[in-house]
Amino acid sequence: MSFDLVVNVVIAGLLTGLVYGLMALGLSVIFGVVRVVNFAHGEMMTIAMYAATVLFAALELDPFLALVPVAAAFFVFGYAMQAGLINPFITRPEHSQFMLLVAVAIIMVNALLMAFGPDARNVQVDYQLESFEIGRILIDKARLYAAFVAIAAAAALFAFFRFTLTGKAIRACADNYLGAKVVGLNVKKYYSLTFGLGSACVAVAGCAMVLLVDVTPPLGPYYTLLAFVIVIVGGLGSMTGALLGGVLIGVSEALAGLFIAPSAKSMFSFGLLILVLLLRPQGLLGKKQ
Amino acid sequence: MDRRTFSRNIAVASAAAALSPFSIVRAQAQKLRVGVLLPRSGFQGFIGQSCQKGADLAPGVIKEMLGVDIELMNADTETNVDTARTRAERLIQEGANVLVGAFDSGQSAAIAQVAEQRGVPYIVNIAAAPQITEQGYKFVFRNFQTAPDIVREGLALIGELFQATNTVPRTAVFMHVNDTFGQAMAKGIGAFMPRLTQLPFKIVDTISYDPAAKDLTVEVSKAKATNADFLLLVCRLNDAIILRREMVKQRWNPMGIISPGSPGMYEEQYYKTLGKLSEYSISNVPWYNPNARMTKIVEKAFLKQNPKDKLVFHGLNAGFTFEAILVAADSFKRAKATDPKTLAEAIRQTNITEKMTLGAPIKFNAKGQVEGIGSACVQNLNLTPTVVLPKGAATAKPVFPVPGYKKA
Repeated sequence: MSFDLVVNVVIAGLLTGLVYGLMALGLSVIFGVVRVVNFAHGEMMTIAMYAATVLFAALELDPFLALVPVAAAFFVFGYAMQAGLINPFITRPEHSQFMLLVAVAIIMVNALLMAFGPDARNVQVDYQLESFEIGRILIDKARLYAAFVAIAAAAALFAFFRFTLTGKAIRACADNYLGAKVVGLNVKKYYSLTFGLGSACVAVAGCAMVLLVDVTPPLGPYYTLLAFVIVIVGGLGSMTGALLGGVLIGVSEALAGLFIAPSAKSMFSFGLLILVLLLRPQGLLGKKQ
Repeated sequence: MDRRTFSRNIAVASAAAALSPFSIVRAQAQKLRVGVLLPRSGFQGFIGQSCQKGADLAPGVIKEMLGVDIELMNADTETNVDTARTRAERLIQEGANVLVGAFDSGQSAAIAQVAEQRGVPYIVNIAAAPQITEQGYKFVFRNFQTAPDIVREGLALIGELFQATNTVPRTAVFMHVNDTFGQAMAKGIGAFMPRLTQLPFKIVDTISYDPAAKDLTVEVSKAKATNADFLLLVCRLNDAIILRREMVKQRWNPMGIISPGSPGMYEEQYYKTLGKLSEYSISNVPWYNPNARMTKIVEKAFLKQNPKDKLVFHGLNAGFTFEAILVAADSFKRAKATDPKTLAEAIRQTNITEKMTLGAPIKFNAKGQVEGIGSACVQNLNLTPTVVLPKGAATAKPVFPVPGYKKA
C-alpha cells in the first residue's frame, strides 16, 4: 500500500472529521450548559441541509454563503424551542426530556418527508468536483472549504464563550446553576441563548455537509447517533473534546476502511466508542463527575 | 294470479335465490387484487418509484388486452426488509390475491417467506438472489434472471464488448455493494470468472461497500490505487452517483465503468444528477425489446400517464413490474378464480410468448423460475440508455475505452 494512498485517505478523514466535530460541538455546548441531551440534533442538521439546497435552487446561493442566513434562522429557532418547549422540562425527570426531544426528532423527519419527499437532494457548485493537487496528494476542494468553515465557526464559538460577557455568563450558568441565579443572572434566558448557539452551530455544519453528502430525511437519526458517538468519545460537555472526537472518528473510519474493509467503517467507530467507555468513561477530554 | 303462475314465480324466485351466492362468488372473482410491494422511499426510493410506473399502467393495458379487472394495492417497503415483511402480511390480511415486487433481493426473500407461510402466490418482479427460488417454495415465482444468470450473461457481453471495440484490458478492480444482491453477484463472479478463459482480464482487487454509504472516498482511493484498466461495478443507484462523483474528484479515469448486471447507471436519476458525467457508463442487464409490439403498447400507456417522462429511463423497472402483473392477470384469466392454490397452479402453467422484455417466453420451471431471459449491453450515450450489444438489438456502436470525463 503506497504512502500517497494513506496520506490521501487520512486527509479526507481529517477534513470530514472536522465537519463532524462542528456538528457534535453544537450537541456538546447544549448539553454542557443546559444539561439536556438534544436527541433531535441530527434532524436539525438535516433541516439545515435542506435549507441550503432550497436556497441554492431558488437563489443559486453557495452553501458557504447560505450558512449566514440559515445559521441566523436556526439561532432564532433554537432560542424559541428552548424558551417555549424545553425550559419547562428542565427540572423534570430525564426520561421526560428524552421523550420530548425524540418526539421533536420524529416530527422533524416526517415533516421533511412531507415537504421534500424521500428523494435525495444536493447542491452542485462549480468547485464541487475539483481538487487541489499537491504532488501526488489530492485534496477535495469542497471538503477543504468545509473544514475551514468548521474551524472558523468553532474558533468563533470558543472566542464567544471566553471573551464576551454573555459567553462568560453562560459559562457561569453551566458551572453553578444556583450561584448564577443568586447573582441575578436570568438562567433560562441564557439557556435559550445557548440552545440558539448550538442550533446555529449545527446549521453551519449542515450547510458545509451538504457539499459532501446528498440529503434525505432519514439522514437525521444517522447523524444524531454519529454526534453522540463523537461527543462521548471526546467527552460530553467538552467543546475541544467534540472537535477532537470528530477528527478521531473521521480519521479512524477512513483508516479502518483502508486497512480492514470499507464496509467495516462504522463498526470501527463503534468499537472505538466501546473502548473509550471502558477505559475513560468521561470521554477523552471530559471531566470526571 | 292463478295457482300455476304463482308456483312458476315461486320456482323462479327460489332458483334465483339459490344461485345468488354463486353470482357473488363470480362477481368477486371478476377482479384480481394485486398487492404491489416496492421500495418507494429510502435509498432505493427512486428505483421503487420507477417500478411503480410499470404497476400503475398495468391495470389499463391488461384490461384492454385480456379483459381482466385489476385492483392494485400499493405498499411502500421503505427499503427495509422488516417493513417489506410486515407490509406483505398486511396486504394479505386486507385481501390481496397475489403479491408482486419488491425490486430488492433481501426484501423479496422476506416477502417470499410470508407468501409461502400464508399460501398466497407471489411473483417477483426484480430480484436476483438465487435462493429466492431455491427454497422449494410452492407459491413463489420469478420472471427475472438470477444472479448467476445475470453474471454469466453480463460477463459474456463484456467479452463481446472487447471484441467489438478491439480492446484488451488486462486488469479490473471489482467494487460491489454488500447487500444480499451484491453478495450474490460477487459469488457469481467468483464462480464464473475462472471458467471464462476467453476474457482477457483478471480481477486485481475486490472492494465491497455499504449501499447506503454517504461517502465513498476511501473505497475509490483504494480502487484507484490498484491502477486497474477498468472498474467492474455492482451497484445501486445512490452509491453509483456518489462513486462516479468521487472518481472525478480523485481524477481517476479508467478505460470505463462496466456493470456485469446491476441497477444504478441506467436509471433516470443517474442522468439527472450527474448530467454529462453519466456518459459512457455501461450496464449489461436484462432489458426490454424496443421493437416488440408489447413495448409499443406499454410505451403508449406510459406516455399517457407520464407525459413528461420517457419509458427508456424506466424500461427495465417498469417492464419487469408490468410483466409480473401481466403473469398474475393471465393466470387469473385462465384459472377463473382467486383462490390461492388454483391461482398458483395457473401461474405455474404460464406460457406468455408475446412480452416486452428480451429473451425466451415467460414459462416457469419446477422451481418457479423463468429461464432464458436475455440481457443487453446498455451504454449511456447522449444522456440516454442505448443498446450497443448484442448487434441484433443494437441502436448504436459501443464506445470503449471511454473518453476522459473532461471531454465528456
